[in-house]
Amino acid sequence: MLNTVGVFIRVKLPKLIFRPLELKNMKVALFIPCYVDQFYPNVGVATLQLLEKLGVEVTFPMKQTCCGQPMANGGCEQDSKGVYEHFVDIFADFDYIVTPSGSCTYHIKKHYDIIEQTPAVQKIRKSVYELIDFIENVLKIEEIPVDFPHKVGLHLSCHGQRGLRQANASEITGVRDGQISKLLRKLKGIELTELDRNDECCGFGGMFCVTEEAVSARMGQDRISDHLRNGTKVLTGGDVSCLMHLEGIVKRQNAPIKVMHIAEILNGNQP
Amino acid sequence: MSHQNHPELAEAFNKDFERTTWHDETLWFVRQKRDKAVYPIPEFQDLRTLASEIKDHTLSNLDNYLIEFEQNAIKNGVKVHWAADAVEHNQIVMEIIKNSCKVEGRNPRLVKSKSMLTEECHLNDFLEKNNIDVVDTDLGERIVQFRNEPPSHIVLPAIHLKKEDVGETFYEHLGTAKGEKDPQILTEAARQHLRGKFVAADVALTGVNFAIAETGSFVVCTNEGNADLGVNLAKVHIACMGIEKIIPDLHHLSVYTRLLARSATGQPVTTYTSHFTKPVEGKEMHIVIVDNGRTQQLGREDFRSSLKCIRCGACMNTCPVYRRSGGHSYDFTVPGPIGAILSPNIDLHKHKSLPFASTLCGSCSDVCPVKIDIHVQLYKWRQIVGQANELPAAKKWAMKGMAKVLSMPKVYDLSGKLARGALRILPHGLTHNESMNPWAKARELPDAPKQSFKEWYEENRQ
Repeated sequence: MLNTVGVFIRVKLPKLIFRPLELKNMKVALFIPCYVDQFYPNVGVATLQLLEKLGVEVTFPMKQTCCGQPMANGGCEQDSKGVYEHFVDIFADFDYIVTPSGSCTYHIKKHYDIIEQTPAVQKIRKSVYELIDFIENVLKIEEIPVDFPHKVGLHLSCHGQRGLRQANASEITGVRDGQISKLLRKLKGIELTELDRNDECCGFGGMFCVTEEAVSARMGQDRISDHLRNGTKVLTGGDVSCLMHLEGIVKRQNAPIKVMHIAEILNGNQP
Repeated sequence: MSHQNHPELAEAFNKDFERTTWHDETLWFVRQKRDKAVYPIPEFQDLRTLASEIKDHTLSNLDNYLIEFEQNAIKNGVKVHWAADAVEHNQIVMEIIKNSCKVEGRNPRLVKSKSMLTEECHLNDFLEKNNIDVVDTDLGERIVQFRNEPPSHIVLPAIHLKKEDVGETFYEHLGTAKGEKDPQILTEAARQHLRGKFVAADVALTGVNFAIAETGSFVVCTNEGNADLGVNLAKVHIACMGIEKIIPDLHHLSVYTRLLARSATGQPVTTYTSHFTKPVEGKEMHIVIVDNGRTQQLGREDFRSSLKCIRCGACMNTCPVYRRSGGHSYDFTVPGPIGAILSPNIDLHKHKSLPFASTLCGSCSDVCPVKIDIHVQLYKWRQIVGQANELPAAKKWAMKGMAKVLSMPKVYDLSGKLARGALRILPHGLTHNESMNPWAKARELPDAPKQSFKEWYEENRQ
């Protein structure tokens, strides 16, 4: 991923592709997860620019921090309550909350059940959207005109795929399809990698990546091998957490793969 | 031996890179066989739903169905025994054996087909200490019995072993040639060896896959026919079952027989699906119905659906963690994802690392033929481990600290800035020191950017 904040490539996208009527006067907030904010600001920038190009007026509330997932997955969801309540305070006034993370979206929808279910909490759990889900199912955009003449491997993040059902699961069907691949397939010049294992977990898993370091690393190495074996040049996905882990392995192995978040590709950034 | 937790045992397993590859690929092959058997069945997802609902219904009426089953089994001439726990179970089995075979000058001989319940109760050790000869007749079980190891998988007990390992074991115990690794020759040696054991057995013990309340009969599924050989030759048949094995009526059975073998090994049905209803004249049939912690789990609202499990092992085959850490790393009779939600019910302290031996990817829940929400239960057990103060102190306080920082935006912004600053200044050797930073053993840290997104936004958009 690019780490030069503020430097982005202008693309030949019209300023406004499509703006559904019902979205006018809708207040849309951008939620940038904590680790994206700190380590992958360019993914935040790409998400913001992409949404703007798609005609969405986006507000970024400056006091946002985190959804609270790291502690909760670590067995400390009670400690996370303060973070949940802070999140609700920050985002309660918005009609949509859009975030470039299936994992955080899933956490808010699924696990904000331990705080009092005030109207604000209930509203937030319904209005939080993963970026691609928002683009396809709220904005109703099916195609984004971007050139991306590269061999792209898609890593399906489990929380988006199985948690939010954004993509088919191989346990249920042999048909490989999903929201991200639908958009990717329509990019000009793109070739998608056919993986041996289409939806095996990368092994990040939050705290798992350090508490179960050996298995976590091995899972990541095996995913990268699958991509290398099948020709991936650019590795993408919907969750920066998985990509951070996989990029860590790519860099350690000096593997010839560039890692980019899906928002960066759809925003017209090039590897 | 002091108790080791999952990460330590998994790390040891991963030291042999090639063997880990082999273990992963072997089990993935079984998962793929399952997929090939499942995809062509258009109603497979409906079958899962049906199987789940039948089990939900049965578990919520378990007392009635158990009594109905017992009454019908007694009518059939079967002796029914109830065991509250493993100790009672083992005692009952021993007494049946000692009462039914009065042999002089030698130990009573028991042949067993596969039963995870008897593994759970550590029956073999107990019987052997009480001078009863026990032979496991399932090939995989026999291999691990020779090696004095527990099974590493509930359907494929010796899946952690390569044919070379089996050759070594048979050389030692069955006298096959040293270095022999031909599967056919090894299997034939086991076959001849087991024939003798079947013929000489006094008592045969089997597990139970399904117990049918309506008829008082039970069904045992095997691929090797070893359960049938055992019970047809011996004078006494003992069948041991957990209370959750009940299904209401015979017509419910087909739902499960269609799901079980497909999910387990990708077969349309097990080679042998044997129904047992009444003892042959002059012979005895006993059923031992065991609780051993199951009613406690039934009383846990969040975890009761774990009792729907039909022990197909699909969650193990699909689990990317199980495939790369092996069954023994779970240190519990039932390993893998399902074991990780059953074991804390038995001993939370001992098994506290198991709910964390998962990335919560959810593949287990999607593959489960009875739709147990395994990954949801893993998450919930984690909370219970946390509340029981069973987390390592460093983790507990780190989590508390992190939660505080993340609920105060200014503190969060500043902490992030300082951390990024430090990462940028400190030498790579320090930030990637393996003993301080487990992440760095196999991975690079992301580059720390000068600006956070928030700082960029402030500068460019406000």
